[in-house]
Amino acid sequence: MSVVRIPPQLRGEVGGVREVPAEGGTVRELLDDLMARFPALRPQLVENDEIAPFVNVYVEGEDVRTLDGLDTSVDHGSTVILLPAMAGGI
Amino acid sequence: MPSYRELLQQVRSEIDEVDVTQARDLLAADDRPLLVDVREFDEWTEGRIPGAIHIPRGNLESRIEQAAPDRAQPLLLYCAAGNRSVFAAKSLEELGYENVVSLAGGYVDWKRSGFPTELPRTLDGAKRQRYSRHVLIPEVGEEGQLRLLDSRVLLLGAGGLGSPAALYLAAAGVGRLGIVDDDRVDASNLQRQVMHSTARLGEWKAESAKRTLEELNPDVEVVPYIERLTSENVERILADGWDVIVDGADNFPTRYLINDAAVWHDIPLVHGSIYRFEGQATVFRPGAGPCYRCLFPLPPPPELAPSCAEGGVLGVLPGIVGSLQANEALKLCLGVGEPLVGRLLLFDALATEFSEVTLRRDPNCPVCGDSPTITEYVDYVEFCSGRPTHA
Repeated sequence: MSVVRIPPQLRGEVGGVREVPAEGGTVRELLDDLMARFPALRPQLVENDEIAPFVNVYVEGEDVRTLDGLDTSVDHGSTVILLPAMAGGI
Repeated sequence: MPSYRELLQQVRSEIDEVDVTQARDLLAADDRPLLVDVREFDEWTEGRIPGAIHIPRGNLESRIEQAAPDRAQPLLLYCAAGNRSVFAAKSLEELGYENVVSLAGGYVDWKRSGFPTELPRTLDGAKRQRYSRHVLIPEVGEEGQLRLLDSRVLLLGAGGLGSPAALYLAAAGVGRLGIVDDDRVDASNLQRQVMHSTARLGEWKAESAKRTLEELNPDVEVVPYIERLTSENVERILADGWDVIVDGADNFPTRYLINDAAVWHDIPLVHGSIYRFEGQATVFRPGAGPCYRCLFPLPPPPELAPSCAEGGVLGVLPGIVGSLQANEALKLCLGVGEPLVGRLLLFDALATEFSEVTLRRDPNCPVCGDSPTITEYVDYVEFCSGRPTHA
């Protein structure tokens, strides 16, 4: 079991919570578990069976694109951060 | 009990000295020593040997480690006539410095020999007082404050992030601040945009910012640009010359535009963004780390971009994130510390929690990668209907 940190832009899709527990030994399994329970997340996270280019996924602070992408392994108890692009400033 | 003369003679026999010709040769060598002027401030202001740093004899032991952390670093000390520097050299040897020499004859002999001198720039009395709390910090000091006064920072947006960033940069004495904003002060801005005020409702934000900042610090020149950054004007605005850019924009088109411009012009970009209770900050420094497109190669499709209407932000949040941006900008201007390069700082105001993720340069980045595919400015369409300036 890992903890997925949900960014404020996506909290509406998961009932407003900041963190959601999810199961999976890889990022793919973990996101599948998450998206099975919250299907509205899918278009926000995945595009053509890859992590969408406008969102980053970090496992223990490292961008999975610089690791093994969706196949990056996720240790039990890891913190996974989802980070969509955020433009606001003003 | 020895007399002063006897003590001087004794200490002189225990340290190494060079004459002015040897000193000149040492300073011309590749592995030149760090040249330290140990005279008093008044003497320093009347002329110095080029390249010297100033640490008065009385502060030498407490400040030298900052200037020369490595005890093996060669040091060349001078005073006016070569006597105080003898004692200074002895003190530094006692502190463990291994390669210390004193300039025999000192500055007087150097000047008499016709070797080059220069007048150091100094702060006048009023500036010395205004910036005294900076001057007291070894990492800033008088040199650093002069550097800030010579620095030029461009701010995108005079809003939530731009307000605290610009206020602190102006207070710090950053000599020139450019403010790009095409919006007017609206009542709904004042919950967080502390650079403006109720009396300024309806004014251009860039003009309101200029008044506030120049009232705060008349040493600062504020250049307002009452326009929205576009592919048409970005080159003109950057041609005015900026050392650092602070991105407090509220929309994706501007963020991509300024990122690409910063990469192509090799200007560090201090990024900040906010949403409700959460903020992010990082520094995109061309050549030293990733750029915004390494992080997000393309903006999200319009239907997935968070709608402006459902935005909202806790008023103090941009105060925190914008202050972090000012901190990064000041460090970049001063050349001190570890800028937030390759690290994205995340702040959660509800949990009062900072976290950090690692950002890496993407060799396939379309702008700063090894084979760039984007080589000219792209004007992306705005994602929100209406003006997206009230996120």
